[in-house]
Parts: sequence; C-alpha cells; structure tokens
Amino acid sequence: MRIGTAKENYIADEALFDTNVQRGWMIALIAALIALPFLSGQYAIYLVCLVLINIVSTTGLNILTGFTGLVSLGQAAFMGVGAYIVAIMEIHLGTPFLLNLIVAGFGAALVGIIVGLPSLRVKGLYLAIATIAASVILHFVFANWTSVTGGVSGLSMPPASFFGSELIQPDQVYWMIMPITVIMLFGAANLFRTRIGRAFIAIRDRDISAEVLGIRLLRYKLMSFAISSFYAGVAGGLWAYFFRVITPESFPLLMSIFFLAAIIVGGMGSILGGILGAVFMTMVPEVLKMMVGVLSPIWPDAVAVMSPVRIIVFGALIIFFLIFEPEGLAEIWRKIRRFFHLWPFKT
Amino acid sequence: MQTTEVSNLKAPPSPQAAERDILSVEGLSLSFGGVKALQHVSFNVKEGSVTSVIGPNGAGKTSLFNSISGFYTPNEGNVNFLGKNVNKVAPPDRAEMGMARTFQNIALFKGMTVLDNIKLGRHAHLKTNLLEALCYFGPARRTEEALRKEVEERIIDFLEIDHIRNSSVASLSYGLQKRVELARALAMQPKILLLDEPVAGMNREETEDMARFILDVKEEWGVTVLMVEHDMGLVMDISDHVVCINFGQVITEGLPHDVQAHPDVISAYLGSGDVATLRKKFKAGR
Ligand SMILES: Nc1ncnc2c1ncn2[C@@H]1O[C@H](COP(=O)(O)OP(=O)(O)O)[C@@H](O)[C@H]1O
Ligand SMILES: [Mg+2]
Repeated sequence: MRIGTAKENYIADEALFDTNVQRGWMIALIAALIALPFLSGQYAIYLVCLVLINIVSTTGLNILTGFTGLVSLGQAAFMGVGAYIVAIMEIHLGTPFLLNLIVAGFGAALVGIIVGLPSLRVKGLYLAIATIAASVILHFVFANWTSVTGGVSGLSMPPASFFGSELIQPDQVYWMIMPITVIMLFGAANLFRTRIGRAFIAIRDRDISAEVLGIRLLRYKLMSFAISSFYAGVAGGLWAYFFRVITPESFPLLMSIFFLAAIIVGGMGSILGGILGAVFMTMVPEVLKMMVGVLSPIWPDAVAVMSPVRIIVFGALIIFFLIFEPEGLAEIWRKIRRFFHLWPFKT
Repeated sequence: MQTTEVSNLKAPPSPQAAERDILSVEGLSLSFGGVKALQHVSFNVKEGSVTSVIGPNGAGKTSLFNSISGFYTPNEGNVNFLGKNVNKVAPPDRAEMGMARTFQNIALFKGMTVLDNIKLGRHAHLKTNLLEALCYFGPARRTEEALRKEVEERIIDFLEIDHIRNSSVASLSYGLQKRVELARALAMQPKILLLDEPVAGMNREETEDMARFILDVKEEWGVTVLMVEHDMGLVMDISDHVVCINFGQVITEGLPHDVQAHPDVISAYLGSGDVATLRKKFKAGR
C-alpha cells in the first residue's frame, strides 16, 4: 500500500485505480493522448498508431494465453479476418467504420470459437499447433478465394469517413484508433474484476478443480477465444483503415509470434504487461533503426552493415529482459512503483 | 430448506432436517485398470449432520469423494443428491446444486489473492454476463460490491483470515491455505460440504480451530458436512455418523464410538502400519 493512504473501507478496494494519485496519472495519460496529434509530426503519430493497434491485438492474446492459459499462434490470422471484413464492407457497402469494425470483431470471434473447439481436449503445444494449422488454412482462404479477397494481390480500400471528412493521414486515423484502443483496454481490465475474468484465471491455474467450483470449462475456454479474437478482429480492422491495402502476406505467422513475444516480454496475465510488451516490440526495432540512421552520415555503410546487427540486438534485448525479469516488464514497473511509494522508508 | 439469496446462508437447520438424507450413495464401484478402488459402496448422509469417512491409506476415500463430486465416473452405482440422481450431472452443475468440496492436496489458484480465490467460489451463483463485465459500471459493479461485502462479513470474519485477504495464496502456510480453501467452499453457498482430510498436516492449535469451524458450519450455517479424516480425535469429537471403508468396501458404519470399537475397524487400522502410533491415535479420540 502507498504510504499515507489507509483504505477507509473495502469497497474502495474494488476500484480499478485505487488511489487518487493513480487516477491522476490516468487522467494525465489520456490528456497526453489527446494532445499528441497537435504536438508531433506525422511520423511520430504513425508510430503511435501502430503501437496502439498492436496493443489491442496483444491485449486480446493476453486474455487468451496470459490469463486463460491457452497458447495460440493464430492471432495474426484472426486480425486478417477482421481486416478483410472491414475492407470488403468498406468497398462494397460503404457502411460506417464503427459498424464495420464491430462486424470485423464478431467475424473474427466466430472464427476464433471454431479454432478454439479443440481446446477442451488439447492443451499447450498441441493447441498451439492446432492454431498454426488454422492460420495456414485462413492464409489459404485469403490467397485463393479470389472473388472475395482479391487473391494474392489483395484489396485496396477507400479511407474511412467520419461525418463527411475522410480519415487519410495518420493524425486523422489516430482519432479512430486511439479512442477505440482506450475503450478496449478498459473493457479488458474490467473483465478481470468480475466472475468471468476469475473463471479464466482459474482455468489457467488448475482447470480440473475449476470445474468442481462450478466453472463450465468449454464455455469459458470458447468465451476466451471469442474475446481474444474479437480484439484481434478489431485490431485487424484498424490496421486495414490505417494501411488501406490488405494482402494475404499482411498477416504472416511471424506476426503471431510477435504478439506472443509481446505478452511474454511484457508480462503474461497483466493488462499493463500486454501494453508494455506491445510498446517494446513495436518501438525497439524502430529505435534501433533510428540509431543506425543517425550513424549513416558519419559512416556511409552503416545501413548495410548494421541491419543484421539490429535484428540480433533486438533478439538479445528480448532474451535479456526474459532473464532479468521473467515476470515481464510489468513486474519491473511494479518494483519501481513500490520503491517510490515506500520511499523514503526502506522495504 | 429456504432458498432466499442471503438468508439461507446461516439458516438454522429445520427441525425435520435431521430425518432426510441429503446425499445417498448406492452400490458405487470404481476401478482403475486392475485396481478396484471402490466396490459396491453404499451409505447415506443425513441432512444437517457431520458424517465422517475413515479408513487406512489407499482405502478409496478420495476416490469416493471424486465420484461423488463428479470428477470420476463410477463403473456402477448411483449418487443421489437432494433426492435426485446426479450420475449424469456434470461437476459444474453439481456445484451449482450445492455440492462444494475441498481437496486433500489443496487446490487453490496460485495466481490469485486469497480474496479472489474466495470470490471464485461464488461463480456459479453470480449472473454477470460478458457485456456487463466489459462495462463494469452498473450491474457488474453492484454484484461485485455485494459479493465483497458478504465475503468480508460472513466468511473472512468467520474464518478469521482478515489479515491475509490480499496476500497471494502461494505465500501462506499450509494450515492457512486449508482455511482459505474452506472459505472458498463456503462461498459456494453449499448444501453439503465435502472435506478431504481438512486437518492433515496441521498442528494441534490449527486442528482445534478447524474443528470449531466445522461445527459452526454445521450448527450456524446449517450446512451438512461429509469429511474424510485420519485424525481419530477430530472424528470422534465432531462426527454424528462414521463410515469406515477398507479396500474400497464399507466395513461398518454407525455412531462414532461403536465404529471405533468395532473389531474390523481396529484390525483395518492395526493392519496398516505402525501399531503404536495408531493406538495413540485411537486413545486420543477418547
Ligand atoms: N487416478 C487414479 N489412477 C489410478 N489409480 C488410482 C487413482 N486414484 C486412486 N487410485 C487408486 O485407488 C486406490 C484408492 O486410492 P484413494 O481413493 O486415493 O485412497 P485414500 O484417499 O483412501 O487414501 C489406491 O489403490 C490408489 O492407488
Ligand atoms: Mg485420500
């Protein structure tokens, strides 16, 4: 507990941000997100949008893998489902983007439920393999159902429009991506304050005794798959609005591994962990690229020589963090906070 | 028995309750490959009683509990709960009907705090749906706050675990973990509570506390208790009815002291290990 606050009663304990200081930080963060497009250039906003999209998808995977204990390598493919749904609706129907994104979420959720069906019988690596198989099948569908998906050349779609104005530049699309990301993060955090989130964690920790407590395993495992792929579907939809060109190669298996790495680095079973992991995984390669860019005026060959080094450094950083703090970045953050809360008293 | 939301928690047992069988096991048989863990086991549990199942290690007590709670599917026989045959009822539905249990080797959720473990017990009786959960404000919040209040006032207070409510269960002593498991089972609003070795591995003081809690559960909460226990002292002190099994069969059942004095029971215990300690255990029961 923070020094100097004594909880008056246990109801206050149930709040998401349990101190005024935390609530203050939250408000400051949201204010910063609102101010951002007015203060920074397109490239910075471009990166922030990318981070936010990855946060949505990573949080979805965290619900399934980090909180429910079901390993999935299908997250990118579910994003693909959402992206194609949005593109098709935007091209053929021209419906409002919010509707398209919701349909994308539900479409991906439906696919997620089907992919999740084996989860009652198989776990761990076997389930991971089943989700890889599903990714391969989805990729095949994207590439070969030419009349709908445009085959290997994919789809180009018009931008989203909002009250007549088109959202084209990153600082415009940002106003779609940012609020949706914030709402979805609150949704995910809320989930774990209720019986549904507790049931997920129970299934992760000991699924057989969860049953004796009245938790219907299949229902909750499928629900977790559905929520997780809903998040992926919406993230995919946002991705589609952001890039406006979708091909079967947009959502490779490697991207699913990227999301899995993000929750492992950030912290499995922690909403904050998913956020930090997504930021880390998106930004570190960018920062490394920038550092190489800074070198190139002094050292003309920098880009050619340093590109492979960049990838190695990225990998090494991931491994370093895993060894340094297996509980993830979220745990490092918690330790820092604890230090300052108890300061100046030693723990 | 009333089924109003809160009042049935601590409702005293109705006068005729002691006459009714809340649970009856008929001709239960279960085998694992060649091992016959249970052979035609039959007995009844009277509503409002504390019924104990005793027997040496490997006698089949845990297997019996697992069959009652639906964990294992018996090869033959019936389990009737609240006058209904529950053979085909899945474990979560048995839980919802009012069957709660604890495990011999504690089955708490290590990734959660004590409080969340206890709240989890109420799962089947809460109605929060996915949409409400995602929004939280409104129905989900009211549900959670009411649950928190009840858990605090009725369960955490009763079991004297205020000081550890926000601890992670992994950090607790064995005795406290057993107590948290009991708390979680009570949060299930059970009609019958199945306790598998509730005091195994506890010291004398912890055992006495647990005995007191079990009696209070019966008397104040009106919950029937079926327990497996090795500690003969505890069994003799708090049981209304004792069933002794060995090699998967019921040897005898009856009032605690009649069962204790039964020659087959004595030989079952004497035949299964260190005679001196067993004699001591028996003496402790007096
Ligand atoms: N899951 C299982 N698989 C195989 N054999 C089992 C299993 N569970 C119990 N048994 C066997 O059934 C018998 C009864 O075990 P158990 O019910 O645990 O006894 P108790 O709880 O009375 O000590 C033992 O011989 C044990 O080895
Ligand atoms: Mg046992």
